[in-house]
Amino acid sequence: MRALVDTWTMTKRSLRYTTRSMDTIITVVLMPIAMLLLFVYVFGGAIGTQTGSLKYVDFITPGVVILTVISGIAYAAVRLSTDLHRGIISRFRTMPVAPSSVLGGQALSSTLSNLFSCALVVMVALVVGFRPSADLTAWLVFCGLLVLLILAATWLAMFFGLTAKTAEGAGAFSYVLMLLIFISPSFVPTRSMTPPLRAFADNQPMTPIVETMRSLLADGTPGPHVWGAVAWAAGILVVFYILALGVYRRSTPSAAAP
Amino acid sequence: MRKEAAGGSGDTALVARGSTGVGHETGNAIEVRNLAKSYKEVSVLRDVSFSVRRGTVFALLGANGSGKTTTINILTTLLKADDGTAYVAGFDVVAQPAEVRARISVTGQAAAVDDILTARENLVMMGQLRHVADPGRTATDLLDRFELSDAADRRLATFSGGMRRRLDIAMSLVGEAPIVFFDEPTTGLDPKSRNDMWLTIRNLVETGTTVFLTTQYLEEADHLADEIAILHGGEIVAAGTPDELKAMMPAGLVELEFGGEAQLSAAEHVLGDQHSVSRVDSKLVVATTGSVGEMADVFIELKNAGIEPTEFSRRLPTLDDVFFKILDDDRSRRAGAR
Repeated sequence: MRALVDTWTMTKRSLRYTTRSMDTIITVVLMPIAMLLLFVYVFGGAIGTQTGSLKYVDFITPGVVILTVISGIAYAAVRLSTDLHRGIISRFRTMPVAPSSVLGGQALSSTLSNLFSCALVVMVALVVGFRPSADLTAWLVFCGLLVLLILAATWLAMFFGLTAKTAEGAGAFSYVLMLLIFISPSFVPTRSMTPPLRAFADNQPMTPIVETMRSLLADGTPGPHVWGAVAWAAGILVVFYILALGVYRRSTPSAAAP
Repeated sequence: MRKEAAGGSGDTALVARGSTGVGHETGNAIEVRNLAKSYKEVSVLRDVSFSVRRGTVFALLGANGSGKTTTINILTTLLKADDGTAYVAGFDVVAQPAEVRARISVTGQAAAVDDILTARENLVMMGQLRHVADPGRTATDLLDRFELSDAADRRLATFSGGMRRRLDIAMSLVGEAPIVFFDEPTTGLDPKSRNDMWLTIRNLVETGTTVFLTTQYLEEADHLADEIAILHGGEIVAAGTPDELKAMMPAGLVELEFGGEAQLSAAEHVLGDQHSVSRVDSKLVVATTGSVGEMADVFIELKNAGIEPTEFSRRLPTLDDVFFKILDDDRSRRAGAR
């Protein structure tokens, strides 16, 4: 009970960082929106002929949503790293507050602000012609998968935020995730890739997630990849939940070095 | 005296090994035995033992890099020692960290405050995390006490360094933990803020709180602490009340001033054979036993050498003298061992 109350206290703290600097939300959504426009209006003409019956904007919107999450959690990692290096995490660690409450609060607020960013990006996609054919159930399943993805990505981000030497470097891991998005069927069908690259693209974690999201939005069904998507996201969540809490318990601020 | 201090820590080590759970038995607020900590190859704490009685101020005195912050980090459950034991409020910091955390509060060197929040919000958050009965009221009281009421609802981005520091301390007093740690509380403060800080610490002790502080200022330790331990080279090289530490020094220090550098050097040379002399600023400090005969000798030797001091005075030893003497002895001991 106490842990839940503490988690909510920490969530409110983190949320204030978001609500009081709305420019961070803008920063977070700017990159995915720019990508969306770039792909739809610049590359879309060329790639769009490869996506079969699916309109290119409908093809890429799930990938753009995942890009939004990656952009958002990079910010969460930088924030956590800043807290660490300014001694705020040390203060919490010397207080009777559960580690899972401190990090859980960040995870919860990250989920809420990421959902908000994703909603903004989806709205822009609608404006440029995105027309999903998902019913309410499909949307709910989509949102459930999105929340799971955000949670997994947030705990991964918090692990990197707590291990980064500097706050500036804390977001660097997100470039790797971004690369994973581009080497997946998010923006181009994998059949156009060279065989080794295609083998990688077909078997990496982002692929079932983006395929399932696309299937949900375009056809209203989860499609064949849904269990792979859930397994990958849940697996990453569990692994990095454990790793992040472990690092938190052992962390010392750089200022406290001898 | 120095030898006793060094030998003493060895003896207590033997005693401590015989009985674990010292903290429970003695009822001391803090009980530290044979603490050791290295970072990679660098040994920061070699063998540190001390105890802090309930309701007193304990100052851990040492230069930069002597291991003060490492000691605080171990006592406040942030860092695990490689060796030795530490009990805070009767609980083992490694085995029962949650029990320890419920009874301590810590003010680190950097002001750990939330910039995006207002002063009041920072305090209310602490109150909620410490589960005090009325976080809002606690916040208002502390804002008032630390003269932050006028700025209570401003975000910290607009705060001066002194205001942030005051808020930082106010935040660590939320929940009235019985043991309070301050890591160099007055480093970088202006004289007024420093006096306020001292007053805060005194008030805390009056209400029965135990205060553990680190400082590099002897004056501060002398002023505040009931007991002082001097940390140097990863060991406690001296410990006791301020008076006990001062008693380690010769009672009669004679301070001499001369008309110029030439006279000063000459006097240093003449007196250096028979007495322990040291230069402090442009003065020559001669250590004597305090007997009239020995003090007279000093002046006779000067007179025979034809050196005339422009000023002279006798003064009682300060903690600075103790600190420098210990460092001096330590240096010559190490040189001798080589």
